[in-house]
Amino acid sequence: MDFKVHVWRQKNRNSQGKMVTYELANISEEMSFLEMLDVLNEQLIGRNEEPIAFDHDCREGICGACSAVINGVPHGPEHGTTTCQLHMRSLKGVRELFVEPFRSRAFPIIKDLVVDRSAFDRIISAGGYVSVNAGSAQDANNLPVPKEAADKSFDAATCIGCGACVAACKNASAMLFVSAKISQLALLPQGDPERDRRVSKMVKQMDEEGFGNCTNTYECEAACPKEISVENIARLNCEFLRSTFISNEE
Amino acid sequence: MGWLTTKMNSSVGQKVVMAITGLMLFGFLIVHLLGNLSFFRGPEAINGYAATLHSLGALVWVARFMLLGIFVAHLSMAIKLTISNRAARPVPYVNKIFQKTSVASRLMVITGLMILFFVLFHLNHYTLKWTYPEFNDLDGDVYRMIIMGFSQPLTALFYILAIILLGVHLYHGLPSTAQSLGIYHKKYNCAIVFLGRFFAVVIAIGYISIPLSVLFGIIK
Amino acid sequence: MNLDAKIPSGPIEKKWAKHKFDMKLVSPANKRKYTVAVVGTGLAGGAAAATLGELGYNVLSFCFQDSPRRAHSIAAQGGINAAKNYQGDGDSIYRLFYDTVKGGDFRAREANVYRLAEVSNNIIDQCVAQGVPFAREYGGYLDNRSFGGAQVSRTFYARGQTGQQLLLGAYSSLMRQVSAGTVKMFARTEMLDIVIVDGQARGVVVRDLVSGEVKSYAADAVVLATGGYGNVFYLSTNAKNCNVTAAYRAYKKGAGFANPCFTQIHPTCIPVSGDYQSKLTLMSESLRNDGRVWVPKQKGDKRKPGDINEEERDYYLERKYPSFGNLAPRDIASRAAKEACDDGKGVGESGLGVYLDFASSIKRLGEDAIRERYGNLFQMYEHITAENPYKQPMRIFPAVHYTMGGLWVDYNLQSTIPGLFVLGEANFSDHGANRLGASALMQGLADGYFIIPYTIGNYLAGVKPNTANKVESAEFKHSEEEVQQKIKKLLSINGSRSVDSFHRELGLIMWDHCGMARDEKGLKEALKKIPKLREEFWKDVRVLGDGEEFNQSLEKAGRVADFLEFAEVMCRDALEREESCGGHFRTEYQTEDGEAKRNDAEYCYASVWEHKGDGVPPVKHKEMLSFENVTLATRSYK
Repeated sequence: MDFKVHVWRQKNRNSQGKMVTYELANISEEMSFLEMLDVLNEQLIGRNEEPIAFDHDCREGICGACSAVINGVPHGPEHGTTTCQLHMRSLKGVRELFVEPFRSRAFPIIKDLVVDRSAFDRIISAGGYVSVNAGSAQDANNLPVPKEAADKSFDAATCIGCGACVAACKNASAMLFVSAKISQLALLPQGDPERDRRVSKMVKQMDEEGFGNCTNTYECEAACPKEISVENIARLNCEFLRSTFISNEE
Repeated sequence: MGWLTTKMNSSVGQKVVMAITGLMLFGFLIVHLLGNLSFFRGPEAINGYAATLHSLGALVWVARFMLLGIFVAHLSMAIKLTISNRAARPVPYVNKIFQKTSVASRLMVITGLMILFFVLFHLNHYTLKWTYPEFNDLDGDVYRMIIMGFSQPLTALFYILAIILLGVHLYHGLPSTAQSLGIYHKKYNCAIVFLGRFFAVVIAIGYISIPLSVLFGIIK
Repeated sequence: MNLDAKIPSGPIEKKWAKHKFDMKLVSPANKRKYTVAVVGTGLAGGAAAATLGELGYNVLSFCFQDSPRRAHSIAAQGGINAAKNYQGDGDSIYRLFYDTVKGGDFRAREANVYRLAEVSNNIIDQCVAQGVPFAREYGGYLDNRSFGGAQVSRTFYARGQTGQQLLLGAYSSLMRQVSAGTVKMFARTEMLDIVIVDGQARGVVVRDLVSGEVKSYAADAVVLATGGYGNVFYLSTNAKNCNVTAAYRAYKKGAGFANPCFTQIHPTCIPVSGDYQSKLTLMSESLRNDGRVWVPKQKGDKRKPGDINEEERDYYLERKYPSFGNLAPRDIASRAAKEACDDGKGVGESGLGVYLDFASSIKRLGEDAIRERYGNLFQMYEHITAENPYKQPMRIFPAVHYTMGGLWVDYNLQSTIPGLFVLGEANFSDHGANRLGASALMQGLADGYFIIPYTIGNYLAGVKPNTANKVESAEFKHSEEEVQQKIKKLLSINGSRSVDSFHRELGLIMWDHCGMARDEKGLKEALKKIPKLREEFWKDVRVLGDGEEFNQSLEKAGRVADFLEFAEVMCRDALEREESCGGHFRTEYQTEDGEAKRNDAEYCYASVWEHKGDGVPPVKHKEMLSFENVTLATRSYK
C-alpha cells in the first residue's frame, strides 16, 4: 500500500502548526496505524528530520494514550477501535491520510499529535470516586448488586479516557467522558452516598476546563472506541437535576 | 435562589433551560396551530377565536409577556451556548467528518436565527401591521387578513420556507429535550425520538397548510 | 550486602498479625511532616500513593504517562485471585498460599506469599467498595472463574478488563487524595535517578518530559512501583514505554537486583506477523477455561483447521497433563507450545503458532455464552488478525509477559537501601520462578493498599523528617549533573542508527539466547554480543531534537541504554543458575520427558546481584530460601 500522509506538525504549545505531507510506500496491510507511523518515523530519522511525536503506550486498545484524528474521525474510520488497533487493511482504497491532533481548547497541543489531557484528571479529581479508605470496607458479598446494574455500570466504566468524544464533538464537549464516570457510580449502591455532590462538582470542573456544551448530536458515541452509550449523558442530566431540585445540597 | 442560578448557569443547567423553554415554546406552537386551523372552518370560526382572545384583555398581555420572557430566555441561552461552543475549539480541523451529527442539529443556530427573523416579520405582518396598514381597515376580520396576506406569492413562500426551517429546528430540538432533561430508557427511547420527530413534521405540515391552501386558491 | 529478610518469628499464619503489632507507628499529627516519593502509578504505585495520602503523609507521585490512569496494569485482562471461597469449592488462604509457592516452583519466600494470600480477601472488599464493577451472578453476588495452576475457582473478574477496572479504582482513590491535597501528582515526569544521602534513600531526580527540565525532589522515603523489564526483549506484551530505568538506577545506587533471569513467557499471545511488529498482544489465560489447545498430529500439515479431523489433532496439554489439562501453568503451557512448533507441527504461515479452539465450548454452551465471557477478547483478536475466532480457532504463540525478578526486598518491602521500598512487579518477592495467572493484580494491590502503609510507618518512625533545602545538597546536585551529562551525551553522538534499531537487535539477542529455553553456549554468546551492541549504541545512535523540549526519541534512548546494561545482568544470572525452574528453563537440566529439573540442593536461593561499578562484573549474593510449611517437591500437573 502507498500513501500520501498529511500530518500536523507543531513544535510546541506556543508555536504555529501546519500540515506537512510525506510520501510513504510499501506499507503492509497487516500493520497497525501506529506501526505505519513508526515506519515513517524511521524514514524521517534516516533523513535527519525530527520524528513525529504521538502518544501511545499499551498498543492493545486499553490504556487510552493514543489519539489523533485520522481522515476526519478520531481514532480513524473503523468503529469501536483505538488508533493503535486500527489496521492498515481497514484503509484499503484510501490514498491520502490526514492525521491531526485532538482539537479542543481544553486539550492544548504539546507537540505534533500529542495533546495535554490533564483536564480529565482534574475532573475525576473533583468527584469521580467513592470516598473509602483502604481497610475500611466490609465483606464484598455483603452488598448484592443486581447483575443488570453491575453490567451497565461496567459498560460505562470501560471508558479509557482517551478524549475521542471531545475531539469528535462539534462543540468539543466532554459530556460522554464525564457521564461515563457518573453513570458507573450512580448505578451502584456504593456510589449512592456521594451522588449529588459528585455530579455538581464534576460538572463544575468540566465547565472550568473550557469544554463546550452537549447539544445531543451523539457524535461522541459514534467516535468512542469503547462504544459508550449516550444513555449515560441522559443519566448525568438526570443526576444533575436530582442534585439541583431534590437533594439538600446547596 | 442562589443555588438555582448557579446550577442553571452551568453547561448542563443551560441545556435544561433550553429544553424547558423549548418545550414551552412547543406548547405555544401547538395552541397557536390549533387556533390557526380554525381558519379551515370558515371566517366565523377564526374570527370568533380571535375575538375571544382579544376579549381576555389583561390576560392576553400576561400571556404575551410570559411568552416573550420564555422566548428571550431560549434565545439568550442559545447565544451564550453558541459563543462558548465556538470558543471550545479555537483551532479548527483541517479535515473533519461528522458520522452521526444530523444536518438538523448542525443547523440549529441558523434555523434558530431564521425563526427569530421570521417571528419579527410575522408580528409586524399580522399583529402590529406596521408595514401593512391596509390590514387595519379590515376591522378584525382575521380570515380576510390571512387570505389577503397569503395571496401574495412571495409572502406565502417566505412563510412556507420559514415553517420548514422551524420543522428542521424541532426535528432535532424536540427529541433532544428528553435527553437534556435526563429522560432515557432503552425500552422507550425509540418511541421518544419518533414522537419528537413526528410532532416536528406535524407542526410544520399544520402551519404550512394555511398559506399553501391560500396560495393554490383552495380557500378564497 | 545485607540480605536479612526480617521475617517475623512465629507460625506462618500469625507472622503478619504479630508484625503489624510490633511495628513502630507515626502519630497522626506527625504523618504530614513526612514526605514520601512514589514512582509509578500502576496498581501498586497508585494504591500506595492513595493509601499513604489517606493516612496523612505528604506524598509526591510520579508517572511518565500523560495520566496516572494509563499505567500498564490497565492491560491486565483475566482477573484477580482471592481466597474468599465464595464458591465453596475448598479454597482457603492456605491453599492460595500453597498454590502460589508451588506455582512459583519453590523459589519464593514463604512468609511473603502467605501474607499475600492473607490480604487477598481485603483487596476484593476494598475494590468492591470503590465501585469496581466485578462480574456478578443473577443473585447479585460476585462471580468467579478458574485460572491456570489452580483447581478451585478463585478468580474475580470484570469481563476481560479486570486490570483496567482495578486500576481505575486505584486511580480514583489517588485522584481523591490529589483533591484533598495530600498527594501532589507529577504526570509526564520520568524518574532518572535516585538520591542517597548518608546511606538512605532521600529523593529522586526526574525529567519533566514536556519542558525537558531536570529537577530534584527530596523525600523521607522513596517507593518504586515501576513495573517489570519485559521490554528488554523488545517484543513483549508490555506497553511500549515500560522500562527498567528506575529499577536499574536504584540497582546502580546500591540496591540488590534479585533473580533477573526469572521471566515469564505467556502461552497465549497473538503470533508475530511481520518484522515491522512493534508489540505483542496477549489473549487472556482465562480463554483456556473454554478453549482447547491443539496442533495437527502430522508435521507440516498446512490444511485449514476445519479440514483436520478430530483423530488427526493432538490436544497435547490434555494428553500430557490430564489433571490440569488446558489450565496447566504458564511456563509449562509455553514450553509445550514451543516443543510442538520445534517439532514442525506449528500452524500459521510462520509455523510459530498453535490452535486455541472454542468449537466444542460453543457447541456446548452456545455462542452467546462465549461472547458474554470473552466478547472483547474475541473482538480484539479479530481486529488484529482479521480472523473470526467464533468460526475458526485462534492461533496463539508464547510471548514475554511478566518478570518475576526485580529489586530485592525484605519482608517490609524495603530494598537493600534503607528508605527505598519496592512494590509490585518491580520487586522480586512473591512469585518465585513463575507467576500464576491473576496473581499480579493481587500482588500489586496487596503491596500498595495493605502492606506498605504499615511497613513504611515502621521505617519513618525511626528517621527525622528532613526535606527542607535538601535538594540543594551536594548529593542531589551530583545526581542532577550525572543525568544532564547522560542526556547531553545521547544528543551529541549523532550517529547513523535509530534507537529502535538497537532495541530490536537487543531484543533478538535476548529472545534467542535468554528466552523460553536457555543453554550455557547461548548465554555465553549473548554475554559477548551485548557489550558489543552497547558499544555501538554509544558510538552510532542518532537522537534528534533537543533536551529542553518534548522529545520521545531521547526518552527511548535513555531507556534502551539501561536495557543494554541490564541485559547483561540478566544473562549472567541465567548462566549461573544451573538448574531449570519455572520460567527459567535450561535445556541442559531437564527430565527425560522434557520437564524442568530443579536442583534444590544447590540453588534453593534467590540470587541477588550487587553493582560494583561500570565495566566491573556484578557480584552475586544469595538469600537462602527455607520451606517450613510447604514441602519441596517436584512440581507436577499431570
